[in-house]
Amino acid sequence: MLRYVVKRACLAIVTIFIICAITFFTMNAIPGGPFDSEKATTPEVKAALEKRYNLDKPLVEQFVIYLGNFFHGDFGVSLKTGRDISKTLVTSFKISAKIGGIAMAFAVLFGVFFGSIAALMRNRLPDRIIVFISTLAAAVPSFVLATLLLLVFCIKLGWIPVWSPTNNSIILPVISLAFYPMAYITRLTKSSMLDALGQDYVRTAKAKGVATHKVIFKHALRNALIPVITYVGPMTASIITGSLVVENIFTIGGLGQKFVTGITNRDYSMIMATTIFLAVLMVFINLISDIIYKLVDPRITFE
Amino acid sequence: MSENNIPKKQILSTQIDLSKFNFEKATDEEKRQQDVMSESTTFFKDGMKKLRKNPLAMGSIIVLVAIVLLILIAPMVVPYSYSEIISINGKRDRTAKELSAFQYSENEIAYMEETGEKLFPHIMGTDAMCRDYFIRVIYGTRVSLTVGIFASIIVLIIGVLYGSIAGYAGGKVDLFMMRIVDIIYSLPDMLIIILLSVVIGQTLNIESGSFLASLGTNMISIYIVFGLLYWVGMARLVRGQILSIKENEYILAAKSIGAKPGRIILKHILPNCISVIIITTALQIPSAIFTESFLSFIGLGVQAPMPSLGSLANSARAGLQSYPSKLVFPALMICLIVLAFNLLGDGLRDAFDPKLRK
Repeated sequence: MLRYVVKRACLAIVTIFIICAITFFTMNAIPGGPFDSEKATTPEVKAALEKRYNLDKPLVEQFVIYLGNFFHGDFGVSLKTGRDISKTLVTSFKISAKIGGIAMAFAVLFGVFFGSIAALMRNRLPDRIIVFISTLAAAVPSFVLATLLLLVFCIKLGWIPVWSPTNNSIILPVISLAFYPMAYITRLTKSSMLDALGQDYVRTAKAKGVATHKVIFKHALRNALIPVITYVGPMTASIITGSLVVENIFTIGGLGQKFVTGITNRDYSMIMATTIFLAVLMVFINLISDIIYKLVDPRITFE
Repeated sequence: MSENNIPKKQILSTQIDLSKFNFEKATDEEKRQQDVMSESTTFFKDGMKKLRKNPLAMGSIIVLVAIVLLILIAPMVVPYSYSEIISINGKRDRTAKELSAFQYSENEIAYMEETGEKLFPHIMGTDAMCRDYFIRVIYGTRVSLTVGIFASIIVLIIGVLYGSIAGYAGGKVDLFMMRIVDIIYSLPDMLIIILLSVVIGQTLNIESGSFLASLGTNMISIYIVFGLLYWVGMARLVRGQILSIKENEYILAAKSIGAKPGRIILKHILPNCISVIIITTALQIPSAIFTESFLSFIGLGVQAPMPSLGSLANSARAGLQSYPSKLVFPALMICLIVLAFNLLGDGLRDAFDPKLRK
């Protein structure tokens, strides 16, 4: 077990390093430096500025310095606003994490619920409705869903006010983010629940005269949930990428919106910082979900 | 010759004397049981039969064929082009802005009354820049489908090549190649795509006028990223298949008569995992279309004025309150294409995946 954890942790560290390297070197490949766009500066001033920001050093050395700063939580300043990026990251991440976290909980809870119902009522009406909706949901991009929700509930019906710092109902963003993962978890739970219900231990439990609800919750569902854990990693990725557009559509000042604004503004240091931050977050959650997966299922052998 | 048409036994022959046993001649009815009543089916034929019985998969094929025909034929029939601003007698028609479906602008009505000539209707109306929306949606579908199919082909080629080399070589080569795959697999693909789109868009210089230039640098970066990142899933799958297939006796037989590795992989191994490869490719197409529309939506997709379904949906957001249909058309198209490919992929899996066979 320990060997597995160490191996996965090493892989995660290598991945994070590679992400940092890709981000840093690709961003440096963009022609033009940060002081080029300003009014014509004298060579002396430019040299002094470059010395101040270590830009006169070789690229590899700059990368080491950048990595060092990054591990201290220092991402530099935004090229457009001049604000400290770390502070922006923390404040906007709080908003994103809240919405993303609720969306994840929402997706898992309802996904498992609908998936179990579909498996238990196989080939009956509720199963067919759930399968139909989850198949449809897997074909709707989050930006389409978010825009339609905004149009229908905020503008046409006016039930929910448009998002603002004072009036922040997060129900619509959460639904748009959770919809696709929920559909996926529903399908996943259904197939693994059907698999578990066909196992010998479920038949044994039924033969012993264990109450139906106990068979379902204690024997079938607990085993059926194991594959859902493996989906936590991809679900985080999907929610983070979803949040890029959903936050923009609902004009929520979260991390996703900062990222997209960074792209449209060509604010390279902001793009770099958000990419690394989100990537590290994703790698970290993947690592944890992998370890938990191995922990909860004793049948899995460790290489 | 004795009775029963059995030749007389030679002294030293070991032939069994059948006359000692009690054999009965088969009756005609019994002989008929040996007749082959139906043709023997191959794996492919059997799979196709199953696929044809699946109404969802067949429906998806019909929908996809209809969409492909539509995007091929419509640009020939519709007299407008995707970047053309509607004009009458060579003069820009400013009244043709944000028309609703099948509506003519004031100038167009006046022109038709004057000359008696019938102008081609705007099937989905026009957009804010007085361009025919129907043809833009058609071109957007073209772009999205092309991206989906080509990206999947790139993934197919690289993934199958890499996976089969790793799987066939085995040992340390396999271990090393799979470590690389593990690392690429754990990279957050969407973030890297966005990053590379930003960078490649700034650094790549393509001569203007070529087809690549009209797609724009972002599209090329999407292809590059698919080539760099998305093949790993396919490579893993192919490698796993090959690891199990190469243990079969017929591979040993091929090796023993001196077949080269390349021939063994191409002729003996790949045909045996072709169904899995096809299914994965079919399911890769919708995910590529999703990625493209997503990137176009956040402004990293095709270059204007070339439309894509994602960028059409994005520009529809500006006038959402007054012209919601501008969002509905491209959105519906994306959903339809993705849904059809998903259902087709599921159907292919049910019909061709040997693991699901009874």
